[in-house]
Parts: sequence; C-alpha cells; structure tokens
Amino acid sequence: MFHGASSSMTRRMSWLASSLICGFLVLAFLLIDSRVASALPIPAGKVYAIPAFARKYGMPCSACHEAWPKLNNFGQMFKDNGYQLGNDRDAPIFQQPAYWPIALRMTPNWHRESFDRADIANPGTGNTPTEGQLTTHGFDLSGMDILTAGTLAKNISFLLVPSADNTGAFHFESANVRFSNLFNSGWVNVKVGKFELDNIISEKRILTLSRNGGLYRNYHFQPATEIPAMFAAPFIFGLGDNQLGAELSGHSKNDYTRYSAALLSSNDGNVGLPNGHGYDTFLTFSQAFEAGSLGLQRVGVFGYIGRAPTYLAGGALGVDGFGQKSFYRAGFYGLWYIKKLDFATLYIHASDNAFLGTGTPSFDPLPAGARSPIWNGGLIETHYTVNPQFILINRYELIRMSRQALPIDGANGFLPGVSVPSSNFGDIDALTFAYRYYPFISSRAGFAFHNEYSWVRQRGVSPLLSRDLTSSSVFLGFDFIF
Amino acid sequence: MRANKSMRLIFLAAALFALPYLATAQQGEIHVGKVTGRSDAGRQLYFRFCWGCHGFRGDGNGENGPYLNILPRNFVAATFKCRSTPTGTLPTDEDLYNSVGRGFNNSNMPAWISLTKQQRADMVAFIKTFSPRWKTDKPGDIINVPAEPALTLDSVKHGKELFTKLECWKCHGAEGRGDGPSASTLTDSNDQPIRPYNFAEGSRFKCGTTNHDLYKIFMTGLDGTPMPSFADVIKPEDAWDLVHYLRTLQVTHKSPELALWMSTKEGAEFVKAQKVSGTPTGSGIKQ
Repeated sequence: MFHGASSSMTRRMSWLASSLICGFLVLAFLLIDSRVASALPIPAGKVYAIPAFARKYGMPCSACHEAWPKLNNFGQMFKDNGYQLGNDRDAPIFQQPAYWPIALRMTPNWHRESFDRADIANPGTGNTPTEGQLTTHGFDLSGMDILTAGTLAKNISFLLVPSADNTGAFHFESANVRFSNLFNSGWVNVKVGKFELDNIISEKRILTLSRNGGLYRNYHFQPATEIPAMFAAPFIFGLGDNQLGAELSGHSKNDYTRYSAALLSSNDGNVGLPNGHGYDTFLTFSQAFEAGSLGLQRVGVFGYIGRAPTYLAGGALGVDGFGQKSFYRAGFYGLWYIKKLDFATLYIHASDNAFLGTGTPSFDPLPAGARSPIWNGGLIETHYTVNPQFILINRYELIRMSRQALPIDGANGFLPGVSVPSSNFGDIDALTFAYRYYPFISSRAGFAFHNEYSWVRQRGVSPLLSRDLTSSSVFLGFDFIF
Repeated sequence: MRANKSMRLIFLAAALFALPYLATAQQGEIHVGKVTGRSDAGRQLYFRFCWGCHGFRGDGNGENGPYLNILPRNFVAATFKCRSTPTGTLPTDEDLYNSVGRGFNNSNMPAWISLTKQQRADMVAFIKTFSPRWKTDKPGDIINVPAEPALTLDSVKHGKELFTKLECWKCHGAEGRGDGPSASTLTDSNDQPIRPYNFAEGSRFKCGTTNHDLYKIFMTGLDGTPMPSFADVIKPEDAWDLVHYLRTLQVTHKSPELALWMSTKEGAEFVKAQKVSGTPTGSGIKQ
C-alpha cells in the first residue's frame, strides 16, 4: 500500500485495519486456547509426533531451552558436548532403527511493515520518486528450516540444515561434522563445515522474528559508506552469518568455562569461494559463575579478525579476490539472571579498513579525507520467563559511529565516495517488544504463538534526501517445529 | 508494667502467626552443605526439566515412560538405588543431590551438572514432596566406609574367590559381562526386566566411579533391583578385596587394580580372554 505524504487519513485507516486484525487474531487465539491458558504452568498437550533431540532423549523442549529456541545452560552443554548427554543413550546404536533425526520449522504469520521515508515511484502521480510512507501488511510465510542433527557414532556428530526462503529457494544454512571429546577430554573438540560462530547470544536462537527485530543489528552492521565503486568487490560480513571453516572448542565438565577458536574461509559463509582465497579468525572465551538463588551468570569476550578483497579478477576458469584489507569486530557480553528475569548484554567495537569502508578497490587512490570507519555498539535484551510456557522479551540496540569513513559535509546529503552529511550518519537505534506463548510443552513437538513489535531508526539514510529513516514491524505468527 | 504486658502479647501473637509459616518453610527445605534447597523453587524446575520422564505426579509415568527401557524413578514409592544408608531406608538429601548431578550412565537420566548447586538442591527438595514416606520415616544412618586397605595381589585373588563364593557370577557372569545364568530372569520392583551391570563395558558404575562408591553399592544394595545388600554377609576388609577384584573386570578402563592383575600370568591371560573387540558402542560383541 503506497501513501503520499499528504494522505494521512489513508494512513490512519490502514493503521486501524492493522490494529483490528491484530486484535482479532489475539482474541481468537485466547478464546480457542483459554482452557490451556488456565492450566499454566502444567503442560496439557499430548502430542505423539517427534522432533529430533526431544524424541531421542525423551525430554521436553524446556529442558534444553529457556524458552524455545533460546538455550539454557543445560542445552548449551548438550550442544557443546556434540549433541550428547554423556550417557549410554548418545550413540545411534541405542536408537530404534526407524529413528530419523529430523525436524521442520516454519512460521505462518501476519505482519505489517512500515517505512516513514521510502523512495516511492508512483505511476499514478507521474512516476517521479519522492520520499513518503510505505506500509504493507498481510498474511505471509516465513522461510523454512529442515533441521537434521545427531550422532553418527559416539563422539562424532553432525548438523545439516537445508533452509528455504519463503519462496522455497534452498541453501545450506549449516552443514558440519564434529569430533567431540578428543583425547577423552571435553577441552578438545573439532568441528568442520558451515556453522554458527560461537555466539552465546545466538542469533540463530533469537526469540524475535519480525523483519526489523529478527536479527541482531550489531552482528550485521556495516557503515553506510561501504557502497562498492566500479570494479570494487562487494564487502559483506556478519557475525550473525554462519561461516565456513574449522573450529577448535572446549569446555569444562559443567560447561561453566568455554572457549573456541575458529579458522574461517573469508567468504561470509557463501559456498564456491566467491572471494577466492583468504582466512579469518574468530576467538571466544566465557566463564559462568553461580550467584546463589539468582541463578547462573556468564561473562565472555570475543574477537573476529578478518580480511576481505577490495576487487576481484579472473575469467572463465575462476575468480580470485585481490587487494585484501583487514577488518575486525571485538567485544564482551554478559548473561545476567535474577531468578525469572534475565538480561543479555553486549558491547561491540569494530572497524573496517578505509578501502573497505569507502568501497574502493586497492589499485585506486582513496577518496580525499577517507579514513577507516570505527563504530561502537551495544544491546540489552531482557527476558521475563513467567514459566516455561510464557516469555516476555524486550531488546534495545544502539550503534554509534565514532569515526566516519568519508569527510563530513553538512551542506550536502550523502555522496557515495565523497562525503557524509553528519558525524552520526548511519547510527542505529532499535527497539523490540515481544512475547511468546507455548500452549503445550512436550517432548515431541514445539509450538509458539508469537506477537512482536519492532522499531528501527537509522540516521541520515533515507534513500533520496539523506534524512533519518524509521521503520516498524508488527508480527503475529504461529511458530511450529515438528 | 502495662507496657511490658503489651509487649509480651505482641510477641505471643507474632509467634503464633509465624509458627505455621516456619513449619511450612522447614517442611519444604533440605540442606546440602551450605546450600538450602526449597521445594517451591524446585517445583518450577521439575516442571521444566523432569516431568517428561518422571511424570506430573512424580510416579515415573511421564509421557516418555512407555519408551524407556529403564523406567524413570517413581518418587511416590520413594525407593532409591543410590544411597549411603542401609537397604530399605530412605537416602540422605546429599544422596539425592549427588544422583541428580551424576546422572545414571546406563539410563536416560542425564547428569544435571550444568544446573547450579542451588537449582539441584531445590529439585531435591521438591522431589521429596511426592512421597508421604518423607514425613513418616527418616533417612537411615549413613554406613561407615572404612579406609581402603593397600592394593595387593592377595587382595585381588581373595576378591576373586569371594566373587565365586558369594555367587556374584550368577547374575554378573564369570567374566563380569552381565550375562550370568540368572541374568535373563531378573526383574526390578516394577516387574520390568533388568540387566546386571556389565563390568567389561563400563567405566562408571550406577552410583559413582570410585572404589568408595563401589564399596557402598554392595554394602547398601540397590533398592528396587535384585542387587542385594551384603552388609550382613561380608566383613569390610572382604568387601574391599571384592572391590579390588571387580576393578580388574573393567578391562577397557585403566586402573591400578587392572595393571597389578595383568602383571601376573593368570591375570594377563584372564584379561586377554575378556577383551572386547568392535566399536566403542558394540554392546555384547565378543572376540
């Protein structure tokens, strides 16, 4: 639905319609499920279908997940132990021959997306691009994950996740083999393939799903100046993206102490070596400690050091990346529990080389006044786990540029490769509220009613006039895994 | 004078109000070391982690019960295998706490060591609310485990004799593989078939990993299983000899007892004959 700046009445109608549909869905859900809601916290479902790990070990989702899909320390230990509990039941030989470790996840949903300053070319008004509000809403589908994971033999495990976007186009989100407890020690484990970086605040287990809220901005942020010039290679990197490589990791018996060191192919997880050659390194360390009845607290540090090509060269036989320049991300985080209330906090400091920061191939001179962009970011995500069936979520993220890649010129808007309009160009504030309600908890299937509102503002990046761009998402979904 | 009387009345009223609360609080509390476990906190943990197997009512009849070949513990019956107390008695809070943290290697019960000490203590406090036995009975007296005598070849050989004399082999088999002549007929207190421990495969026992734990197992017995208590049958020094011999049956697990036993011709031949080939999970595969 397109709107001009003057059509405020239409906007109000649109918002009213959206609100009515939201309200209807919530009411319908509560009415349908009022019996179950009254039975909290005792699970009421009797489902006999079987997801992968729950059916293997016979434990409810809540054993490994604070609220599915967010892991608790027991689930983290299970994962760190190569999907093994450490008893006789880990090896496939103990499973019935018919057991197949597979689960499917998808989220039919209704969502509303709104941008306050989108570039709109409307043939009804002469097709001249103007900035205005753009709002869409309706019923939709999420992508789909096929999750297969388990043990091939004792201490040899695998994870394979063919994943489709909402059109059905597939790619491999994860595909790795892990050798656990080498030398009979939990401190030596090796994983090879495509995997999620060892982020304790895991984006792959994020509790928010909307277009705006379904990712950690800090894990994907790149300065808005990184628009590749002619012949320059596009530089795309995200700490939240699954990467290709090998990881050495280890942990104490109770998983309180953890470390990992990964050697990664610098292709941001894309197959076929699109950047030719080059390797990155990711290091993490975390330590948990008990705080009496408050719960388990954890603090950790991480650092990613990478190199990326500034241009590609080659032909019919292949392409290689040249003019490698460096970038890094580093920070620390904490998981803080006060009984049912917990906070995940993260601080990140990052910088890209000036060539990457301005999208300049290394054989060209840098733009006048170009420097390596530097930024700092942080997030605080709060959860209140009422019981294993109901969790409230809030997150605030901010990203602040401390040094722009290009000179500041307030007289003009953003001119790629020349100047930026202000020192806060590209800064982000993002706020998300959500809740997830699990009408039943079983060891066979997972289901959640998900309701979320998310708001994001980025400074100076509106497509035509370099003004602040604000967007918001409303999301109501039925998140199921089977 | 009047003020004193008023004060006494206030204190009396406060005490009367506080008594029921204190009684309730103590009823739902356990103490393990410096940690005090509380059943109300344990309840939330139980319905997060445990109910799938042990059931809503703690009777071991969770939704996974039909699929498990060693049934989950029935907390209502309050019969526990791993104790430091005599057979037929309730275990100590610490026994239950240790079981939660250790898990049971040959069943679906994992080691909940990733939970905090407080959480494990809370769980134990709640588990104890399922059975009325905890209100009427007290845990038995902790059995005395004397200091382990020095390991000698004579001790191992004497243990081997006891293994035969006490007819351990009838269930556990002559080589300790859990395949004795009675093995296939054994059932537990739920009338479920139960397999004797296979020493040749395992490095961990049901109730621990140390010699001390093994000593306790046959002095307390594993209540609810056919494994009896030998506390009235053998002397402590004999029990230690048996421990030393049983260690030599764990042919895949390095131990001083096995090393000493293998240094003799008799022992080396015996162990060679016992060696299992196949995959690490090749249960029951013989040479």
